[in-house]
Amino acid sequence: MSETRVSENTVSVRDLTVSYRTVSKHTGQRMVPAVRELSLDVAAGESYGLVGESGSGKSTAAMALTRYLPAGTEVTAAELSIAGTSVLGLDAAALRAFRASTLAVVYQEPGQALNPTMPVGEQVAEVYRLHGDNRAAARDATLAAIDRVRLADARAIARRYPHELSGGQQQRIVIAMALASEPRLLILDEPTTGLDSRVETEIMALIDGLRAELGFASILISHNLPLVAAHCQRIGVLQGGVLVEEGAAADVLLAPRHSYTRALIAALPDINAARRSPARVIAAADGAPAGLAAADEVNPAVNAAEGASPGRRSGPTAANGGAGGVGAIGIRSGSSEDQPLVTVANLTKRHHRKTALSDVSFTIGRGEVLGLVGESGSGKSTLGLTLAGLTGYEGTISFAPWTGEGSAGAGRSRRRGGQALPRVQVVFQNADASLNPRRTVRRVLARSIELLGGTQTVEELAARTGVATDLLDKLPQQLSGGQKQRVAIARAFAGHVPLVICDEPTSALDVSSQARLLDLLTELQERTGVSYLFISHDLAVVRQVADRIAVLYNGELVELKPADQVFERPEHPYTQSLVDSALALRRPTDGK
Amino acid sequence: MDSLSTELGTVAGTREELVAVAPPAAAGAARRRLRALLRRPTFVVSAVIVLFWVVAALGWHLFGLDPYGNSGQALAAPSWSQPFGTDNLGRSVFARTLAGSDTALAVGPLGALLATVLGSALGVVAGYFRGWVDTALMRLFDVLVVLPPLIFLIVIVAAFGASVPALIVIIGVVFAPGIARIIRAAVLAEMGKKYVTSARLQGESALRIMATELVPNVLPTIIIQATLSLASAILMTATLSFLGLGQQPPSPDWGLAINQNLDYIETAWWTVIFPALAVASLVVAVQLIADNIKETWS
Repeated sequence: MSETRVSENTVSVRDLTVSYRTVSKHTGQRMVPAVRELSLDVAAGESYGLVGESGSGKSTAAMALTRYLPAGTEVTAAELSIAGTSVLGLDAAALRAFRASTLAVVYQEPGQALNPTMPVGEQVAEVYRLHGDNRAAARDATLAAIDRVRLADARAIARRYPHELSGGQQQRIVIAMALASEPRLLILDEPTTGLDSRVETEIMALIDGLRAELGFASILISHNLPLVAAHCQRIGVLQGGVLVEEGAAADVLLAPRHSYTRALIAALPDINAARRSPARVIAAADGAPAGLAAADEVNPAVNAAEGASPGRRSGPTAANGGAGGVGAIGIRSGSSEDQPLVTVANLTKRHHRKTALSDVSFTIGRGEVLGLVGESGSGKSTLGLTLAGLTGYEGTISFAPWTGEGSAGAGRSRRRGGQALPRVQVVFQNADASLNPRRTVRRVLARSIELLGGTQTVEELAARTGVATDLLDKLPQQLSGGQKQRVAIARAFAGHVPLVICDEPTSALDVSSQARLLDLLTELQERTGVSYLFISHDLAVVRQVADRIAVLYNGELVELKPADQVFERPEHPYTQSLVDSALALRRPTDGK
Repeated sequence: MDSLSTELGTVAGTREELVAVAPPAAAGAARRRLRALLRRPTFVVSAVIVLFWVVAALGWHLFGLDPYGNSGQALAAPSWSQPFGTDNLGRSVFARTLAGSDTALAVGPLGALLATVLGSALGVVAGYFRGWVDTALMRLFDVLVVLPPLIFLIVIVAAFGASVPALIVIIGVVFAPGIARIIRAAVLAEMGKKYVTSARLQGESALRIMATELVPNVLPTIIIQATLSLASAILMTATLSFLGLGQQPPSPDWGLAINQNLDYIETAWWTVIFPALAVASLVVAVQLIADNIKETWS
């Protein structure tokens, strides 16, 4: 905030307040401020990061700069100027010209930003045409623009339709389109959310490079603090529409002053820490390379303190994989208690001619959390579906007999009306679609308890999973993302199911919801002794919960070892790149 | 760039902050939808028209109307005593037009109901099970859908007669495939959502998934299809009567009346215009109700 020479700044905002009109039965019409007295400056060529959770007003603040807000919104500011233009004073025609020339916005979902019925080249060319180029000039400029966003073979890409491109490629096209008007300011609204971490790194590097090359200023809006810290010179933290902290990236991340910023940072999955639970003990692989911990590392005292049956925890969690963990697996002979819960051997899955999974073999021990990472398209979700019995496959998947919590005598009937109880439950990424929109939470949970043979009441289940009682009679659309995901988790824990597959359960949530949900999952796992297959593209998240981590690359299991070792000595080049990009995102840079 | 930000600004604007401050969706979603409908003039007018015809169909006996008696004056122009004039046999066109709603509304609603139930059931089954069930049903529907409905109806009526129950069944069977295809498409969209997968993972039976998970979620589509097919069914029965395949004289049926009085259209236009307006008003009103439901619910 030391910048005072207003004319030098690309963005200069003083006391910006944005209010939405809301209509409520009790209070009638009133204006609710989403952003309050926000002041910020962004110098030419500077990268500024705006961080906050959903609903903190960060998108509203950025959209106010473009004066593009829904009808009924009130924007007031002592000063709101971008590249010397006072935005609030513009009439419709001038506003249009201003938006077309001075700034550009890149949104979260590139798929929605592109017209699905037009080849992407034409869409980029449209921008040049609007700026007065003729057809031939626009075509040449388009190819140059596609080149500039580092897409190989611009000619071929230009002819493709959006659905023929990957998420990362789509976002590159959107960036090319945004930069076509040579804006002075580029607003990036969660540009990499939903892309996997490697693509995220590439896209952010591309933006950094282009900024250095073209000299535009940028505002990066994100809930991902490490990402913002790594790619912005200065950071502003928004809470409830108020800018609570602002400063150089490294300062904010390493020495946060405001309590909210500290809470945000504390909620981050720590890439350097082991599992969330201190009581957690990881049994190492039988055939682990020399120097690594052996199976007897299990601390009996800790086991006893946990109150779990020691026999269950110690032996069977041992990895059968050994070094690399790929290839044949040796099933340990012994009593059924010693067998791994799930044994997968030579699993292959083909979609038409494409191979989604090839010859995958691994085991999941009782009470073990197996993390599964890989980029989108690597087959990790397919593997989850296969284990859940939702698709056909080649190879074998076998489940050991399971005696769950509260059934120590093993006498509990596994059958209900002649039908075996499900062995697998899945917590999906998108809690929105995983709950029937026309059922109340109570009905969802009641039916789940019935189907999974649970003995608890809906209220007990809700209490165990942190679903507040007053949510029970609400419909899914009335819940927040985190609450919906809790209900989805509660549903999976309604009965005694030995294996719960968590398929990116937190990737749609902001960091503090994510942290609370990971705590809940860890706690439930320890209390019930179920096994998890925890699928994620985010290594940091997986590290927090997993005993062992399996890395899937192009349908092949390229690495399977205890979580620490994946970080300390990744073997496969792909694992290395995953670890590198996970670490890179968390390494704050002091100005580029 | 402007078009881009225009297109997307809406998305961004509504995404987080608005959701946060919007009043929570009330549990009475149905009541909200009804209120939204009642704010639309075309819906209210259409509903009044349909209600008018329903009352006429059920109550014309009670109003002392005589659609069959000879008033003594053939082909009289509309006047105070005969508001819609009289036909070639001296019968009151006013009484006959009101009474004609009886047969128009006897076949249409029940036929549409049958078509909706049959079509929805088959659509849900085809969409849920996929595979050969889906293929078999859809190919069968393809065959039924390509047949021109009117010619198909004429053939069936010629074979099975034109009694009211027969017409209801025929209308039901003819309209069911179209509804089934649309419901199947809606079910396929729902099947992609994880709540169906979750229900399957919990061991829910196929029947219960279809009845308690899928049907409530495609219900708006079902209701829209029911209303649309009601309009078509009314038009179709009037057409059959017009062609002489439905009601027989001396029934005051609208289609029949138009057919019988076509010869007089130049000398006594009222004998044709009023039944024709009656058919048009009912069909258009039902169609508009369907449109309004579609617009407010989806």
